[in-house]
Amino acid sequence: MGEFLSAVGDVLSSESTYLSGWRFACALAFVALGEWVAERAGTINVSVEGAMLAGAFAAVVGGDLTGSIWVGLLFAVVAGLLVVMIQAHLSHNLTVNQFVVGLTINILVAGTASYLNSSLSPASPKAHVFEVPGLVEIPVLGPALFGQPWPLYLLYPLIPIMWWVVYRTRWGLEVRAAGENPQAADVSSVNVNARRRQAIYVAGITSGLGGGYLLLGWIGRFEDAIVGGQGFIAIAAVYFGGWTLRGTMFGCLLFGSVNSFRISLPGIGYQINSEMLSALPYVLTILVLAIFSKRIREPQSLAQPFVRGLR
Amino acid sequence: MLNRLLRRSAAEEASDGSSGLASQQRLQSASGVLFIYLVCIVAALVISALVVWGTGGSWSSVLSSLLDGSIRRPGRWGKTIGEAIPLLLVALGMIINLKAGLVNIGQEGQLYVGAAFATYVGTFMSGPGVLVLIVILLAGILGGAIWAGIASVLRYWRNIPEVFSTLLLVFVANQAVGYGLKNTRLLLDPTPDTGNRNLISDQLAEGTRLPRLELFGNEFPVSVFVALLLAVSVSLVMRRTIVGFRLQMLGSGPRAAHRAGVSDRLYGGLSLAVSGAFCGLAGAFMLTGGDFGNYRLTPGFPVNIGWEGLLVALMARSQPILSVIAAFVFAALRTGAGFLAATGVDSEITKVVQALLVLALLIPPAILYVRDRRRTLAAAKERT
Repeated sequence: MGEFLSAVGDVLSSESTYLSGWRFACALAFVALGEWVAERAGTINVSVEGAMLAGAFAAVVGGDLTGSIWVGLLFAVVAGLLVVMIQAHLSHNLTVNQFVVGLTINILVAGTASYLNSSLSPASPKAHVFEVPGLVEIPVLGPALFGQPWPLYLLYPLIPIMWWVVYRTRWGLEVRAAGENPQAADVSSVNVNARRRQAIYVAGITSGLGGGYLLLGWIGRFEDAIVGGQGFIAIAAVYFGGWTLRGTMFGCLLFGSVNSFRISLPGIGYQINSEMLSALPYVLTILVLAIFSKRIREPQSLAQPFVRGLR
Repeated sequence: MLNRLLRRSAAEEASDGSSGLASQQRLQSASGVLFIYLVCIVAALVISALVVWGTGGSWSSVLSSLLDGSIRRPGRWGKTIGEAIPLLLVALGMIINLKAGLVNIGQEGQLYVGAAFATYVGTFMSGPGVLVLIVILLAGILGGAIWAGIASVLRYWRNIPEVFSTLLLVFVANQAVGYGLKNTRLLLDPTPDTGNRNLISDQLAEGTRLPRLELFGNEFPVSVFVALLLAVSVSLVMRRTIVGFRLQMLGSGPRAAHRAGVSDRLYGGLSLAVSGAFCGLAGAFMLTGGDFGNYRLTPGFPVNIGWEGLLVALMARSQPILSVIAAFVFAALRTGAGFLAATGVDSEITKVVQALLVLALLIPPAILYVRDRRRTLAAAKERT
């Protein structure tokens, strides 16, 4: 136990842990941000995993073709959007079971991306690290928050914007209504399925962006396992946060730090059970849900399709 | 009736022809239905061909090497049957929980845990071969059932959606078995000469393996008969017994089922556990059958059988007998993929084909359903 504590101490005092933890957390946060909107509208959008992967692949293709990071990110957004459009139309136009569609899409995207990657093998330049002048000087946290590859900074304005859109605009109100009580929303002339589809589009855009950031900010080359379940962890973060934006972002931060612990602990000479740490986000989410299940209030018609006239 | 439609899972749609007006219309447009299915399947195949063509491959050579690898070459269809067995078992489990209105998407983990339990028993137990083999299979069943049982407990005790918990448990299972494979006390092969840092289990002893049949130069394990028998029995249980009826009732209308005294805890929870048991059995069969991992448990042992078995159930539209065919098609795509290297096309293309085929078979019933709804609504409007 003492050894463990000193390990934690060492990790907490090393700047690189914060750097990598924040990076992991931000990749999750991009995805979780959109997924949160989709779930508030009543969809558990499993296809964010696929959208993220498609975003990562499209980003490397865009970067390879033009050499521009901006174009890569644009490609990523478009790819993420295209992927979730299949999900949105199948699950909220044709009312096919949303999990079934999502999982199938994930397999489709994984196969397509891996296939295209092996036949095109694109490589993209990486986004450069941009240090925000002044702010990066803050001790310990400064470099982690403000000394990162610049696509990460797109996340910072996105969070408050998303909060404002969901809680302070007509559209956001209708989205939340579609997730809580679609019948009542429908009677008040809200186009429930359209709102749900649009919320899924938001998830696709942010997941695509997340995938693009993952690739262009970090790795620069596409690998089949580049996303490796991070989309699912993002969904877990939304659950973990009890469908609030604050909680969701906290979940991302927590899961991101766990991930960076797993990687940095052996690096500074500590043997730790890495399987346990890898499984921790999932186990934690299940535990939190099990413990607080009476207090957490999920969107009341989460994962239920809406068909007018049926109830 | 209304609840039934609301809670309808994707898989029920196929058998969902009982509403009077709609079924009449469907009968009239049987050729139209066939047409929609055909269009969707052709579209899936054309898109796959376009993907191959777009990257400079030749789709006709891809098709022929897929056929070579799965059926035509000597000994290949036996291999395909070997891969179809676990796919079919996983699909049968999926059909059971879909019937009860539950969506279990954690087959990959349940299969892995089942295989791990089986390996543990197989490598530590000694005794007459047949007895050990039976215990191995039972251990597999138990492992899968426990892993899915966690999800049922969470579902009915703490109200956590089973879709979500089963999915998360896949990742937990991967890590848990991975941990077991690092420890000689659990699963890791204790003999030191297996290569260091090679995380594999000890090999099963000769006598504890499933016998393999040989037919026209094709070899496959005898578990194929168990799997076929189970497919027939699942079909019979679902259609002819009170248990099947109660499950159906639970899936179609939980409130009506509640009124009729069907306990959702009992039937729902059990259907999830049984579904996991099927996956565990699939894992044990994979271990003892010899087509996977050479009688050893390895990291990544399930090789996507769990995910694809789920797709098999969906592609077969929850019909146990149809899923025999669907499992063979998917297994053929898997075994055929190995022969693609010669054509210069990456074998991942088969995953694209699989997913597109599933989507192609998901879309037609949904289109029909929406069309029926529109007609019913229009008719209701006319009457008022």
